[in-house]
Amino acid sequence: MGGISASFILLIVLLLIADLLYTSVDDFWTAVKKPEVQAAFRLTLITCTLAAILSVVVATPLAYLLARFKFPGRWIVDTIVDIPIVLPPLVLGLSLLILFHLPIGDTNLDQWLRDTLRLEITFNWPAVVLAQFAVSCAFAVRTMRVTFEQINPRAEDVARTLGCSRSQAFLKVALPQARKGIITAATISWARALGEFGPIMVFAGSTRFRTEVLSVTVFLELSIGQLDAAVAVSLIMVAMAIVVLLVLRYFGGAGLAEWTSNNKQHD
Amino acid sequence: MIELENVTIQAGGYRLENISFQVASGQYAIVMGPTGIGKTTILEAICGLRSIVCGSIRIAERDVTSWKPADRNVGYVPQDLALFPTLTVQQHLEFAMRLRDEPETVRRERVSELSQVLGIADLLPRGIKGLSGGEKQRVALGRAISFQPPLLLLDEPLSALDAETRKTAQQLLKDINSRWGITVLHVTHHEYEADALAQVRLMMNRDDSGAATIISSDN
Repeated sequence: MGGISASFILLIVLLLIADLLYTSVDDFWTAVKKPEVQAAFRLTLITCTLAAILSVVVATPLAYLLARFKFPGRWIVDTIVDIPIVLPPLVLGLSLLILFHLPIGDTNLDQWLRDTLRLEITFNWPAVVLAQFAVSCAFAVRTMRVTFEQINPRAEDVARTLGCSRSQAFLKVALPQARKGIITAATISWARALGEFGPIMVFAGSTRFRTEVLSVTVFLELSIGQLDAAVAVSLIMVAMAIVVLLVLRYFGGAGLAEWTSNNKQHD
Repeated sequence: MIELENVTIQAGGYRLENISFQVASGQYAIVMGPTGIGKTTILEAICGLRSIVCGSIRIAERDVTSWKPADRNVGYVPQDLALFPTLTVQQHLEFAMRLRDEPETVRRERVSELSQVLGIADLLPRGIKGLSGGEKQRVALGRAISFQPPLLLLDEPLSALDAETRKTAQQLLKDINSRWGITVLHVTHHEYEADALAQVRLMMNRDDSGAATIISSDN
């Protein structure tokens, strides 16, 4: 029993050791100094952060709704939230692409946003954020839902007898108690966005200095035979993932177990 | 004054039918009855947290049957107290007043008076964690009466207290009732609480058909 479990731990450790042994410090710094890798690093930080913020903003009220209220069609909403988690990543990317280019009269959503808001989505950085958000938000909803389910609703009830509307009870009583859950959800969303690859490739493309995030860099470096650079970038992502895990461990509790159990391999 | 007239409440698998009673303004009423008969359900219906099937609820001469909990102006102390874990004791006492946009001078004055009466003046800057059962109960009480409601609902407020603290708390409840003239509806299982506090007793029981009934009697 212990041996079987240990084999998994050993596998992870060996994977990391193999990556470390494969590259040298010189190779690592050479890769890190590449302008395209630095640009990808910056874009990764920006898009992951935007996707995480968007996910928490959207997920928090939705999760509260699912955790606190029984309404017709609740199970349908609950199921829809899970779709991005189980959907193959390429399908998600393709679906986003189709959605934004589906003819609506003599235009489409992508064209309309470009004409009215001067916002270019497809094959630009907003597409990266949207592709990351589509999956991250589902994980954020799950995390926030667990958080709200662990908070005693009686306090919100009492707040309503004291003069709060339902939304005030949410903002003044439930939300402050969900602080740790919000940080956990943001961290999980950020980590999920970091690992996103398939939907980004399909919806945002892999244009250097424009839509290239680190996961795309690994693919691009591999495709031109630059294995050293691919490994170096992978190690950067491993380091970022470790930081995220440390943040999660620090804030502990709410959502982590849920996330771990839901976090199926995407890319 | 609180008056329930032919109130029917559907709560999950059971139903309370035709509940009627009246408690005059400023009186201290004790509600007693077997476990699970629906005492808490009635309190929740009065403060608006549970909707009723039919009947009417009048508080301070106004029909509040269809009013939201926020508009009913009822102080409520649930059995589990349901304090706000992220707020200090002072913030608990100010919570309802802030919602009503009371000026700071009024808030400060009332918090000072309440904290003196409740004996929690030293606890004002503290959070809820680490307070004793008796202290928490006083904070919940202070929060419920901070906005000077005409009616106070107490759901087994003394059940978690030791004998000594309970006696002090009983006296405190009497003082609150007489000092501010608040009508009190207090749910308990304990006869000695009723003996010590009740001006009116409301006994809940099941009739032959199994429906809950309520009988009012003066103490």
